[in-house]
Amino acid sequence: MSEAVFEKMATLLSSKKGINKELISIESSFEELGLDSLDSIELIADLEEEFNVNIPNTELQGIKTIRQAVDGLSKAMQ
Amino acid sequence: MQNRRVVVTGTGVISALGRNTDEFWNNMVACRSGIGPYDASFSDQIRFKNGADIKNFDATGIIQKDDLDLMDRFSQLAVVAAKEAVAQAGISFNDENAYNTAVICGTSIGGVHAQEQSYIDLYRENKTRVHPLSIPKTMPNGAASNISMQMGIKGPVYAVSTACASSNHAIGNAFWLIRNGVCDQAICGGSETPFTYTFLKAWEAIRVVAPDTCRPFSKNRQGMILGEGSGMLVLESLESAKKRGANILGEIIGFGMTSDASHITKPDQKGAEKAMQMALKDGSINPTQIGYINAHGTGTLVNDTMEVAAVKNVFGDHANDLSISSTKSLHGHALGATSSFEAIATIMALKNGILPPTANFQEKDDTCDIDIVPNASKEKNIEYALSNAFAFGGLNAVLAFKKWMD
Repeated sequence: MSEAVFEKMATLLSSKKGINKELISIESSFEELGLDSLDSIELIADLEEEFNVNIPNTELQGIKTIRQAVDGLSKAMQ
Repeated sequence: MQNRRVVVTGTGVISALGRNTDEFWNNMVACRSGIGPYDASFSDQIRFKNGADIKNFDATGIIQKDDLDLMDRFSQLAVVAAKEAVAQAGISFNDENAYNTAVICGTSIGGVHAQEQSYIDLYRENKTRVHPLSIPKTMPNGAASNISMQMGIKGPVYAVSTACASSNHAIGNAFWLIRNGVCDQAICGGSETPFTYTFLKAWEAIRVVAPDTCRPFSKNRQGMILGEGSGMLVLESLESAKKRGANILGEIIGFGMTSDASHITKPDQKGAEKAMQMALKDGSINPTQIGYINAHGTGTLVNDTMEVAAVKNVFGDHANDLSISSTKSLHGHALGATSSFEAIATIMALKNGILPPTANFQEKDDTCDIDIVPNASKEKNIEYALSNAFAFGGLNAVLAFKKWMD
C-alpha cells in the first residue's frame, strides 16, 4: 500500500507543482522539493481525498518529509 | 502643511469591454458594448441571460502557475490590471519605495468562485472536505495581498468593501494617503467576479437586473446588467511623478463620501448630493467648473431619476451646461470594480477631450432631462469632472478629477 501512496504522491507533485518525478524519493523532505507549509497541506488534502482518510491536525503538523506523509496516510488507512 | 497634489501615472483594465486600457477606451468611444449572453453552464436556470463577463480568461503567461493556484478569479484579474497599470507608470518597487507605497482594492464579495466550489463540494457532491486554500482564495483582501506579493509592495495594503462604491472608496482612500504624505505612490481600484450560480440567483431574486440590456436614463429602462473585471490606477504625488519623469495622465483633486442612513437599498438623494458637494469642496472647485460627470447610472428606475435630480440640485442652472453619461451601459455593472472602470473612463475623457456615451438609449424620460451623451461619444474639452458611485447600503463616494496640464 505504501508504494501506491508514494506513487500517487509523486504523480501529484509532478502534475500540480511541476516537480520532476525522478527527483522525488521516499527520503525527500518537503523543503528539498521546494514545498512550503501551504503546499504540503494541499498535497496531504489531495491524498486524503484520494484515499478517503483523515489525518489528524496534530499528526499533520509533524509531517515534513515524503516518508512521514506515506507513513501517516498508510496508518490512517489501516 | 500644504496639501500635496496627486496625479495618475498608470491605468490597467480587464473587462468585457477590453482586455487593457486602450481596448477598453477605444470600444467605449466607439459605443461598442461589452454586454451579451454570459458564458455559464447554468444560464438556462437564471431569468436574465445577458451580462458583461470576460470570456476565456486565462492569466497563464502573465502570472506564474504556482502563484495562480493561490488566487481566486477576482485576485487574478486584479493582478493582471495592476501589472498593466504599473508597467504604464514605469515604476519598479525596491527597498527604497516598497514601504512608501499603498495597495487599496475594492470588492463587494471577494473570492466567490472558491466559495462556490466549497458549496458544491459539501452540499452537492457530499464531500467531507473542501480545498485547503479555500480561505486565502475567498478572503476579500486576496486581491490587495496578491498585488502586494507580486509587486513587493510593503506599505499600507488593505481591501475596501462598500458594495458598488468600493472602488471609489479605495481610490479616494489612496488619494488622501498620498495627499497627506503617508505614502508617495499607490495602486488602487477594484475587482469583482459575480458570475457564480448562487450569486446570480441572489441578483435574480432582488429583481433589479434587466432582461435585455442596460439603458441608463432611458424611459424604458428595466435595470442593470452585471459585469466583471478589474480596473487599477497608479496614483502618486506630483513631486514623485516629476522626479521620475513619469507620463502624467490626469490629476485627482477631490473625494467626498457620505452614508444615507436611511434604507438598505433605496438611494437617498440628499446623501448623493452631499457626497458630490464634499468632493467639490475637497478639490476647492466650484460646481460651475465641472464639465462632465460619469454617473452611477445603473439603469434602474429609482437610481437614474434620483441621480439626475441630485445633479440638478447641486449644479443648479449649470446642470444644463454639463454632460453626464453612464458607461455601465458598455462595461456592465461590475459592482465593487465598477467605479474603477468609471474613474479610468473619466481620466481618459479629460485627457482626450472625448466624453464617453450612454449606450442603448431609446426613449427620453422627463425625470432625466439632462445631456446624457446618448449612443455616441462627444468631443468636448473639459477641465474638471466627477465620477459618482452610490452603493447599496446607502454608501456614496464621489471623486473629482482635473485634466492634466503642466
